[in-house]
Amino acid sequence: MHKKLQRIVVENSDTIIKNWLEQVSEKRKNEYTNAISEDLFQSTSREFVNVIFTSLDNQGLTTELDQFSERLINLGWPLSYITDGLQSFRRVTIDFILSRSEQIDSEHFSTVLDMVDGWVDPIINRLVNEYSGSWENTVSLQRVALQELSAPLIPVMKNITIMPLIGTIDTERAKQIMENLLEGVIKHNSEVVLIDITGVPVVDTMVAHHIIQAAEAVRLIGSTCILVGIRPEIAQTIVNLGIDLGKFPTKSSLRKGFETALELTDRKIVRSKEKDQTIEHMLSSLNKE
Amino acid sequence: MESKSCVHIRQEWDIVGARQLGRERAKEIGFGTVDQARIATAISELARNIYLYAGTGKICFTIIDDLEHKGLQIIAKDDGPGIRDISQVMEDGYSTSGGLGAGLPGVKRLMDYFDVISEVNKGTEIRTAKWVR
Repeated sequence: MHKKLQRIVVENSDTIIKNWLEQVSEKRKNEYTNAISEDLFQSTSREFVNVIFTSLDNQGLTTELDQFSERLINLGWPLSYITDGLQSFRRVTIDFILSRSEQIDSEHFSTVLDMVDGWVDPIINRLVNEYSGSWENTVSLQRVALQELSAPLIPVMKNITIMPLIGTIDTERAKQIMENLLEGVIKHNSEVVLIDITGVPVVDTMVAHHIIQAAEAVRLIGSTCILVGIRPEIAQTIVNLGIDLGKFPTKSSLRKGFETALELTDRKIVRSKEKDQTIEHMLSSLNKE
Repeated sequence: MESKSCVHIRQEWDIVGARQLGRERAKEIGFGTVDQARIATAISELARNIYLYAGTGKICFTIIDDLEHKGLQIIAKDDGPGIRDISQVMEDGYSTSGGLGAGLPGVKRLMDYFDVISEVNKGTEIRTAKWVR
């Protein structure tokens, strides 16, 4: 029975394809694919329908299907194009077969539905899986990328290390900040660590709590932690919240913090005279011109 | 004039979503940067409380603009375990999760209006607002 139905479909594939293309194009007018050019839409739809028919010939999923889905994903076609397209394909095919059938009873009806479902459903599943797989992949890649950015530690000078923090701090990141900080202090033999929170949008009790803990842990292994980059509005919210940051030094900017760090390690920035003279020399030669 | 929008809190990153929406609303009404930071911090505290203690809940923002005052109302609502002793959680330094215990009293100080309604095993609703001066 299935074979017979399949023959009807294959023999009349041209009519089915024509009906389907008409329906898809009709739907397109008020839809998401407006930005795609007519030519590209037509050729993709033709290819799509060919892929569907090869899967019927081969009695299952094909490499053409995989290639087709990969290309659609790369081009960024919406998933709804595929699901809607296959939905209307199902409708068109069922309508067509039923219009060709001599007797229509419930048994025949269910055989037709069964045959078309067995054909279209695996394709839908495969394509949806491919799409969601590619999204999951993107999300996990971004998570890794974010993790790499989350708590960098920069040894700027002997015994002085800076950790610039940018963006929201969540529990996961707070854990990493603590680990990287302690590991880095030991590795670089830092006496002073500067934590820069210029880029942290909100300092709430959780963020403050984690920073206090990190600073305390740094103190335990014998280094000093300086919190820098406290913007005026952040200072006010910290005071309103009633958070006590009095246990370690804090500074408004990285520059001031760095100066303090140099003081703590018995150093200071001195301008070398030679350079001064060369700059003056250059300026005077410029004036002459 | 009133307009309302809500953010559901289900995972930790929803806290950021709530905060951003709140900050945007605050900017629209015309709060300065300091008040924007206060509002964002308060939302962060409320949303984190929902995430930590109730699991899920929502934060709703209402822009209030009438004759008496203009400002942003924030309602944090959950169906969590509720608060047994409200006067205790309003004390500085009280925390059941090992935090700083500055959350709710902090929010009260950050905002202009603050009210807690809570029933044990039913849930908690915190209403708070900040007025534009």
